[in-house]
Amino acid sequence: MKLIEKMITCNINGLKVDVEKGTTILQAAEKVGIHIPTLCHLDLHDIGIANQSANCRVCMVEDEARGALVPSCAELVSEGMKIQTDSMKAVMGRRTSLELLLSNHPQDCLTCVKNLDCELQSLAHEMNIKEIRYHGEKMSHPKDLTSKGIMKDSNKCIMCRRCVTMCDEVQTVGILSPLKRGFDVVVATAFHLDLGETSCTYCGQCVSVCPTAALAEMNDTPKIWRALNNKEKHVIVQVAPAVRVAIGEEFGYKAGEIKTGQVVSALKRLGFDSVFDTNFGADLTIIEEATELVHRIEQGGTLPMLTSCCPAWVQFIEHQFPELLDIPSSCKSPQQMVGALSKSYYAEKHGIDPKDIVMVSVMPCVAKKAEAAREELNKDGLADVDYVMTTREFSRMIKEAAIDFKKLPESPFDILLGEATGAAAIFGTTGGVIEAATRTAYEMITGKELKEVDFKQMRGFEGVREATVKIGDMSLKIGIAHELGNARKLLEAIRDGRNHFDVIEIMACPGGCIGGGGQPYHHGDINVLKKRQKALYDLDKSLPKRKSHENEMVLKLYDDFLTKPGSSKAHELLHTTYSAKQRI
Amino acid sequence: MRKEILDISQLDKSLLHELDAYIDSLKGDKQEQLIHVLHRAQELFGHLPYNVQLYVAHALKLSGAKVNGVVTFYSFFNEEPTGKYTISVCMGTACFVKGADKVLERILKLTKTKKNEMSEDGLFTIKDVRCIGACGLAPIVTVNDKVYGKVKVNEVDGILEKYRGDHHEN
Ligand code: SF4
Ligand code: SF4
Ligand code: SF4
Ligand code: FES
Ligand code: FES
Repeated sequence: MKLIEKMITCNINGLKVDVEKGTTILQAAEKVGIHIPTLCHLDLHDIGIANQSANCRVCMVEDEARGALVPSCAELVSEGMKIQTDSMKAVMGRRTSLELLLSNHPQDCLTCVKNLDCELQSLAHEMNIKEIRYHGEKMSHPKDLTSKGIMKDSNKCIMCRRCVTMCDEVQTVGILSPLKRGFDVVVATAFHLDLGETSCTYCGQCVSVCPTAALAEMNDTPKIWRALNNKEKHVIVQVAPAVRVAIGEEFGYKAGEIKTGQVVSALKRLGFDSVFDTNFGADLTIIEEATELVHRIEQGGTLPMLTSCCPAWVQFIEHQFPELLDIPSSCKSPQQMVGALSKSYYAEKHGIDPKDIVMVSVMPCVAKKAEAAREELNKDGLADVDYVMTTREFSRMIKEAAIDFKKLPESPFDILLGEATGAAAIFGTTGGVIEAATRTAYEMITGKELKEVDFKQMRGFEGVREATVKIGDMSLKIGIAHELGNARKLLEAIRDGRNHFDVIEIMACPGGCIGGGGQPYHHGDINVLKKRQKALYDLDKSLPKRKSHENEMVLKLYDDFLTKPGSSKAHELLHTTYSAKQRI
Repeated sequence: MRKEILDISQLDKSLLHELDAYIDSLKGDKQEQLIHVLHRAQELFGHLPYNVQLYVAHALKLSGAKVNGVVTFYSFFNEEPTGKYTISVCMGTACFVKGADKVLERILKLTKTKKNEMSEDGLFTIKDVRCIGACGLAPIVTVNDKVYGKVKVNEVDGILEKYRGDHHEN
């Protein structure tokens, strides 16, 4: 009986719809397959974002009884309500809203970074706008090009506030807010600081949800083209795990297709001298990290140990939890390890002066750009990594070079820093780093072979997960969090002594790097992330070796160059430090 | 320069103490009382420079952007030092159609200032505000607590002179 009381009936375009009380018109319409355009609205349960600013008015429908237009994303259905989504009044109302948004928009789609990938542009197309009848005064905010990661162009902002909701509520970093009011309102940083002066983590999740080009990654492709065309330079590139399961989407493949071989071929055709696998660095990271963990456990060092391969997360702890800086692992991230070794180990073997090497990486990530620029990782004027491009920038370079991605053959990575195990593949998903580390730590601690390498309890998509693994006679308590708001919960519990863990994995992005801020836009379809995640686990399964310490090239690296895990040379090249920063 | 304006350690310790005491005295959800805290801070510091805003943000565990959003939303908060007299010109619809923009223009010209900036002699800060609910008397100008209704452009000189005079007498 209770259930029935909670149900109400309405009528949309002549169709009877039964819905629960509290349902919006938009949700009710979706239930019967009626599409209503939306723009500011973004409600993605799986990643915990609900942007309900309801200010774009692009989703207006007609409420017959009142003869009024109402925003369907915000207006709740009431008993007996009659809605028209396709009356002349509704269609014209939506058009007017969109035209008003366009009236003060720069309208330079041809040369815009979001051309053909912009929600505002698609809507103009979908709504058949062929003329903009209103002419508003264009805004003239300076572009913020000061940070290493993110470009902000407020002139393209439509005030939807998706970025504010993402940064505030999901990531709990709070960098952006509407400032001022009325016509002067602008979504900006505190005190209009440059992004680089704030505590922005460069996770890029605001970019992932911005419907226009008001937020985008900094474009580093011109510098990369210049390096590729400089004969004096030996240009090396590395590719992160999450790139290979997402890049296909930029070329019309379904989400979750594995395109490793094509990626390598594309990079060779672009002219890179060597193509290395960041996964090699991931295997190496695991060995160094597992060594550090075992050391901390045996010597009574600080526990939990936190993984440190996500730079957005590192930035977050430096600014938000400066009192906890002794818990992250001192290991550099895989990207930085591959960079450091390219300019030492590889350079030495091939007799190349490290100064002549340009190290480029292809990352699913915006924060990797800022990581590469960190002072700690640029010792003596020699950067581990010189330039970072996102998966999206990479696809643009491929298109620019007129390479037909779909016709590319598969090629293998170059040797020395090219071999990788299945353990490294899953670095790209939440839970993957810790699973890989557990596989290695188990054998390091017990000296016995680990037969079952799949740790299902660490997998999944929930924001915070816990697992306990028996290793010999100790049980290792593991915590996993993705998205920074979830990381905050975990860290507060540790700081306040409400929970204890031995080791924790944190990734800033929804789902981990598969949902990175530099990946092809998901346009609100979270299944895309889940398919990329599955692809990484499939890749792991398909590989002959699935434990990092079985990577022969990594073992050779220790024999020939680093001597042993945790050696002083390993520390010099593969480890780093952190420092407290002011929260702004 | 940026570092300095954000530097909390530059702030007067005893004033911060008073502000802390005020925040401590608040009951219930302190974040919800941000506006009260900002009012108190403005009373103590005279205006709300960036480092004071940041201090409030840290004290209430809010982001700097959020606090700055609230400060820039309400016209009664000042990020810059204000003059002895704050002149507010109503820009609500009624006042606007009765020529409030011309009145504002004249005031800015005579005081040689820009909106929200203090005049060089430290006497005036001029603001435009939303409808203050006295539309029948449009256009409205207020000087601190005093309200002037149906203000004509040619009356502006007189009003300003009066305050200049008052100031010199003191
Ligand atoms: S990059 Fe991340 S931290 Fe920075 S503004 Fe965007 S969402 Fe916030
Ligand atoms: S920057 Fe983008 S996401 Fe943020 S309010 Fe503007 S248009 Fe929306
Ligand atoms: S989770 Fe991955 S993609 Fe996201 S910020 Fe961290 S390293 Fe970058
Ligand atoms: S989508 Fe409904 S108001 Fe923007
Ligand atoms: S518009 Fe000025 S008082 Fe109402």
